Amino acid sequence: MDLFEYQARDLFAKHGVPVLAGEVIDTPEAAREATEKLGGKSVVKAQVKVGGRGKAGGVKLAASTDEAVQHATNILGMDIKGHTVHKVMIAETAPEIVEEYYVSFLLDRTNRTFLSIASVEGGMEIEEVAATRPEAVAKTPIDANEGVTPEVARQIVADAKFPAEVADQIAEILQTLWKTFVAEDALLVEVNPLAKVASGKVIALDGKVSLDENADFRQPEHEALEDKDAANPLEAAAKAKNLNYVKLDGEVGIIGNGAGLVMSTLDVVAYAGENHGGVKPANFLDIGGGASAQVMANGLEIILGDADVKSVFVNVFGGITACDEVANGIVQALALLAEKGEEVTKPLVVRLDGNNAELGRKILSDANHPLVQRVDTMDGAADKAAELAAAK
Amino acid sequence: MAIFLTKDSKVIVQGMTGATGMKHTKLMLGDGTNIVGGVNPRKAGTSVDFDGTEVPVFGTVKEAMEATGANVSVLFVPPAFSKAAVVEAIDAEIPLAVVITEGIAVHDSAAFWAYAKSKGNKTRIIGPNCPGLITPGQSNAGIIPGDITKPGRIGLVSKSGTLTYQMMYELRDLGFSSAVGIGGDPVIGTTHIDALEAFEADPDTDLIVMIGEIGGDAEERAADYIAKHVTKPVVGYVAGFTAPEGKTMGHAGAIVSGSSGTAQAKKEALEAAGVKVGKTPTETAKLARELLTK
Repeated sequence: MDLFEYQARDLFAKHGVPVLAGEVIDTPEAAREATEKLGGKSVVKAQVKVGGRGKAGGVKLAASTDEAVQHATNILGMDIKGHTVHKVMIAETAPEIVEEYYVSFLLDRTNRTFLSIASVEGGMEIEEVAATRPEAVAKTPIDANEGVTPEVARQIVADAKFPAEVADQIAEILQTLWKTFVAEDALLVEVNPLAKVASGKVIALDGKVSLDENADFRQPEHEALEDKDAANPLEAAAKAKNLNYVKLDGEVGIIGNGAGLVMSTLDVVAYAGENHGGVKPANFLDIGGGASAQVMANGLEIILGDADVKSVFVNVFGGITACDEVANGIVQALALLAEKGEEVTKPLVVRLDGNNAELGRKILSDANHPLVQRVDTMDGAADKAAELAAAK
Repeated sequence: MAIFLTKDSKVIVQGMTGATGMKHTKLMLGDGTNIVGGVNPRKAGTSVDFDGTEVPVFGTVKEAMEATGANVSVLFVPPAFSKAAVVEAIDAEIPLAVVITEGIAVHDSAAFWAYAKSKGNKTRIIGPNCPGLITPGQSNAGIIPGDITKPGRIGLVSKSGTLTYQMMYELRDLGFSSAVGIGGDPVIGTTHIDALEAFEADPDTDLIVMIGEIGGDAEERAADYIAKHVTKPVVGYVAGFTAPEGKTMGHAGAIVSGSSGTAQAKKEALEAAGVKVGKTPTETAKLARELLTK
């Protein structure tokens, strides 16, 4: 989960990374009080999870409380690269910046270790620095069990060639930033720019944090960081039922078991769609291993509730999952929707193989639902589902 | 001969007495796996009856190994306790630890991998978040259904569990030497390359099927390895061509970030290394069949 700047700022502050004062607000009038608290001037910063907001006009300096309100009025509701601004941060104005640096910790998948990236060239995207001046980007592997000790921090400072007068401060910041990375179970902590201001002090002016959702069990505070505004309603409904669902922009609803098989199903449907007017998969939905009839029914209800869906493809290879459970789930879900008085008009194509496939197929045949048809190969079923979606 | 797992493997199960552990221990025994013990410190000294097979429970991996000569551990330990369980397996220097558990935090898997490395990688780790591995007709260490296929001469390595099953099913009449599910997490122990190296050296494997998916650069590195070191024919499949950037597709590791990790890039890298890449699982199986039976 990627965080907003203000959330990253809060986590940095919590773990001792030096940051400027700031407060997040969601109405223009609140900018007045927040700016007053900061002595009558502030920086009004759009909170969006995308880069380039400064260029888009989403960051403005306010010399008075009236100006802060004016900027907040303009920025709230603004669209930045498809992201609507729902919140702005009213931040303390930065003292005069002398130099801008970059530091981050992240996972290096290739080497299966953590990595520090540091550069004396901050203030722009690190990918850009890496492309134009690779010698200015220092990558230092970090042992997950050793962590960033004072020695490791000094090594990073030396690798990145930070100036001597800020070396101690940055070494300290690296240790507090590492503390943030570990204590919050982050996948990425990034400070850009890490600024040296006129007084000589080094401060984190902007940052990014991405958190590992697999660690939610020991991070009870992270749930509150979720951006409820941005969640697609179908994704939110699926999440409430513990379903692994991603909304996409096509017309064929997809349900399958196992992340790999479902990804593959999306591809196969997209290929089949090429022969049927370009229809595409409408979603990713993995009901997981050992799914019960109830889970299947929950999934089907989400998919059928998606107005974009024209046909549904249920693709299951029973490993741990039993196909008779899946078939029962389909039959139950349709019965449940009928009881609720919701008319189901979308055709379902079902392919069952593996564990108890014969039993599952028989359940579907016996139920003989007019909207359900069985196709016993994955490619054939994908083609049928695409054809039905195109015909709608 | 197969890779990593044979009929001579002596298997223990960490987390055997939990619901998932019980269910799959029973299934593994049914597939002929020589399960010699379970590990649970709170139930040490007891035993569990699986349809007439008494499996003793030990307090630690080390005790289980000393008592039984076990050389493989399969882990069904919940995510919160997985790191400690893997570290225990590493400390006991068991040659193979198969971590089935899904949902382990990356800081935990990175930590146990770093620990394994610091101990000289005496323990091969497979997973986490994987279905394990099977050598049909000999032994099954994990949750791959044992009845899909029979012994044969195809070696399979895959990031995805269900695509492993699908591929074994498509080629069920030909059979497999071993099938290894390496898992879809960002940090995994055994990689495509490790499995490719083992299949290349395995006299019982004639052809290798490699299944990858979006995220990371493991497939690209495997392609490089194949070009340099693999003489046996390799057929590949990559899932996730239609996955949009920035959306995690079920597996924690399956995410396209920027220009890297795309299915197209992986397919091109594999093809450049001489690997025949199928567009769908079925087409991939067809390519493998043609190569093996020609």
